[in-house]
Amino acid sequence: MLKSNSWQPSASLENIQLRAKVLAKIRSFFATRNVLEVETPLLGKTSIPDPNIHSITANYYQPGSKNPETLYLQTSPEFAMKRLLTQFGVSIYQICKAFRSEEAGRLHNPEFTMLEWYRIGFDHHKLMDEMDDLLKEILNCPSAERLSYRAAFSKYLGINPHKASLEELKNCAISHGLKASPDLLTDVNPDTWLNALLCHFIEPNLGKNSPTFIYDYPASQAALARIQDGVASRFEVYIEGIEIANGFYELKDAKEQRQRFENDLKKRAQLGLPTLPIDENFLSALEFGLPDCAGVALGVDRLIMVAAKVKSINEVMALL
Amino acid sequence: MATVTTNDFKPGLKVIMDNDPCSIVENEFVKPGKGQAFNRVKIRNLRTGRTIERTFKSGDGLEAADIVDLDLQYLYNDGQALHFMSPENYEQYSFNVDKAEDIIKWLKGEDMCVGTLWNGVIISVAPPIFVNLKVTETEPGIRGDTVTGGSKSATVETGAVIRVPLFINENEIIKIDTRTGDYVSRVKE
Repeated sequence: MLKSNSWQPSASLENIQLRAKVLAKIRSFFATRNVLEVETPLLGKTSIPDPNIHSITANYYQPGSKNPETLYLQTSPEFAMKRLLTQFGVSIYQICKAFRSEEAGRLHNPEFTMLEWYRIGFDHHKLMDEMDDLLKEILNCPSAERLSYRAAFSKYLGINPHKASLEELKNCAISHGLKASPDLLTDVNPDTWLNALLCHFIEPNLGKNSPTFIYDYPASQAALARIQDGVASRFEVYIEGIEIANGFYELKDAKEQRQRFENDLKKRAQLGLPTLPIDENFLSALEFGLPDCAGVALGVDRLIMVAAKVKSINEVMALL
Repeated sequence: MATVTTNDFKPGLKVIMDNDPCSIVENEFVKPGKGQAFNRVKIRNLRTGRTIERTFKSGDGLEAADIVDLDLQYLYNDGQALHFMSPENYEQYSFNVDKAEDIIKWLKGEDMCVGTLWNGVIISVAPPIFVNLKVTETEPGIRGDTVTGGSKSATVETGAVIRVPLFINENEIIKIDTRTGDYVSRVKE
């Protein structure tokens, strides 16, 4: 979408056919498990306040109006799908486009395809079991390796990510060869260093012979997951060092969710990022009562990349 | 000078890092599932020619460098500096011989080079990729031996010593690839 200056497709016909096959397999997987396919708006009145996720905005004019209203292309259908879960209480999935600003590269495109599904009555471990079944069906791969976040840091870096001090994390990064820019070097947020360690020295080792699931993240990285025993009930899926999916045992507590949104908005203000309204419809649904459920979002383009054994997301997207 | 951020780090972009002029070679965007995104950047220091890796938080910036590549004609060497002239505006530029060791051996005069200028001062010069130079000294050629693939050393008019095929004679003109210092072919006068 942004880099292309040729009229020609960026993917081969073979990879476009593979995409169609993967999408058909996903739909049949959920049909046999009685998970309902849904569609929710791509254009919303607000979006996620997470300071590391940037929404693309659009101007909408009401009929006859001269003053545009700011709408947001959705970065994920999560809030909308949780409203459906609250009302209907059935397991649902969606395959849709998602949009993110400031993301471009070998594994990123500002517009991409997401598979998101929610299972009523599942926790994140049970959802990992189902993820494993789906990956085996689509990739013909062996069962996934499962490592807690703590075990992954211990295995590849020899530190405890939940206990290490800022200095220890920093020293660990530098001793493993991270050459940090001055701005990064003076960053005092432990999560920045945990993420730098994860991206540089752990992720490249993950998902080599089978997919790897990393679970139970630091509470500070919970996003929309519930926190149990001091860790976030969140998991990520890696194949060939590439992050494919992110799942949560979903947070149900409306008060805590509002608190997290407000913290995110505070961080946005500190970073000079644009603010945006809190999604009150989503919070009202939580107040009404989201059923106990786990949900996960999977990057379909990346999954197809892995299936096609190609190096760049461009090679599986028909047009850029 | 303006600041450029990681989003602008396209290959070839010139920036100042560690007080030196540098050129972006590669910029990889890496982002964990949730949280801070990074840019893993390969940067070539234009002064030393060395390429290093550096990780930035996405959105961080560097100072843009006022760097231009200019076609320059080599004029002469006064022992202290090589002198060049821009055929466009006839402006002259000098380049210290100490920094020119690698290129001086290919230049005989009037060669078209590419100079990299930082704030108007030459920081590096690339000689022409191919130069034609006369062989001034080598063992006598073995006539007709164009197949054995053996080689011998030869000195050319600029003083450079290179490996040439056995059939090359003194006073012959040969084409040399300056990037590798390899013999390419014989040049007919």
